[in-house]
Amino acid sequence: MGQRTSAAPKKGKKTLHGYQSEGLADWAGPLLQGTLTTLEIALAAYAIGILLGLMGALAKLGKVRVLAVIASAYSTIVRAVPELLLIIILFYAGTQALTALMNALGTDGRTEVSGFVAAIAVLAFVQGAYMTEVFRGAILAIPKGQLEAADAYGMTAFMKFRRITVPAMLPNALSGMSNLWLILIKDTALVSVVGFEELFFTAQQAAASTNKYFTFYAIAGVTYLMLTMASNAVFSKAEKLARHGQARS
Amino acid sequence: MDFSWIHDPFYQSYFWQGFVNTLMLVAISGFFGFILAVLNALAQVKGPRPLAWLAKGYTTVIRGTPLLVQLFFFYDGIGRLLPMIDGIRQSIIWPLLTNAFFFGCLTFTVSVGAYAGEVIRGAMASVPKRELETAKAFGMSSWKILWRIWLPRAIQICLPTLTGEIILLLKSVPLVSTIAVVDLLRAANIVRSETFLVYEPLLLVAGIYVALTVVLTWVMHTIEKNFPGAKPQKSALFSRL
Repeated sequence: MGQRTSAAPKKGKKTLHGYQSEGLADWAGPLLQGTLTTLEIALAAYAIGILLGLMGALAKLGKVRVLAVIASAYSTIVRAVPELLLIIILFYAGTQALTALMNALGTDGRTEVSGFVAAIAVLAFVQGAYMTEVFRGAILAIPKGQLEAADAYGMTAFMKFRRITVPAMLPNALSGMSNLWLILIKDTALVSVVGFEELFFTAQQAAASTNKYFTFYAIAGVTYLMLTMASNAVFSKAEKLARHGQARS
Repeated sequence: MDFSWIHDPFYQSYFWQGFVNTLMLVAISGFFGFILAVLNALAQVKGPRPLAWLAKGYTTVIRGTPLLVQLFFFYDGIGRLLPMIDGIRQSIIWPLLTNAFFFGCLTFTVSVGAYAGEVIRGAMASVPKRELETAKAFGMSSWKILWRIWLPRAIQICLPTLTGEIILLLKSVPLVSTIAVVDLLRAANIVRSETFLVYEPLLLVAGIYVALTVVLTWVMHTIEKNFPGAKPQKSALFSRL
């Protein structure tokens, strides 16, 4: 099989995206770039998701009725709809909304939201809903007395949140947070469906242009596996650190 | 919002087909995935070393990679290599091997086998030791203990978690639209490409999924409630003491 094609010119022809369609070595660079992009959107979405989750959990547990209803509608609906479907809906809706928003605030009226920003926004929005539930459970697991003691000391709400609630709930939340990070890394592959160029999208291009589907999908799989296994190691270290002051059961 | 296309029988048939395919995918891969999960858990808990390692490796790889990548790996990666095997085109299973729906079922089965297997493995480890010792004291063989005590107790313990896994399986079905299986998302995409409506078909699919999730949760809760020994039988226990 290989003999017959060797008569073809050595240099592969240019593909749609300008990469040489020769072999593995030519795709190493793009794949590495894709991996970096995947990590970037995952990290950014995770950070925003944590913020959304904290806000959601506080709203759900708080006394303001309207906020509690909004927060539980957010976390319930987002968790009931398939991620891929949400990502497709939000990618179109989000891009439109963000563009409109930036046009309203911006100067020249022709601002386009990049795929990068949209991918992060969509993943963070989904992540925030799951994070809301993780934080809500973790905050509920804090012994009541600790929060009451903070009140008794006359701490303001923000100080209580920063000095008591967050440090006390963190050990309870960490296993949920690590699960969500692993889910997030795997969910980043979904934005390839809407045409965003991350690791898996690059692997698909490589597979299609070299006709080596097995090889490139295996490479993508192994890369994701390395990311998740490395994350596991980091999180188990972090959990040990966070549980430092906790009584051992 | 324009939902007038819903009355078109042409689109209705696509949505119906997508609906049926979605349920079939969940049922088929849920069933075979559960069997695979039990085997996986058994291999890890009770199997000989090499088998246990193999099962552990399988679980780690599947749980550590995106389902979408697995789907493409099976369908495009392995699916395209299959025709190179001599005589496979003449065999009876060939129609199956060119069917995207089959690869969807295969991928989801393998996925459920790993995720649910991990859940069942954990539950098997948390069955109280005393109960197993009691069974042994009754003179049960180790297979009988496994079949009559260990596994049923483990499944009873992890049933709520398995409910969550089934919901996750349901929610991953739209992925098969990327390999040309007509599911609800693909039906919606067909409507979108023909009517140029961006959101309406997708919102309908989202609504159907929310409804399906509610129904499936209700079904699983009913099973949980009626599972043998699920209710804490306090009164019976205290009357005997």
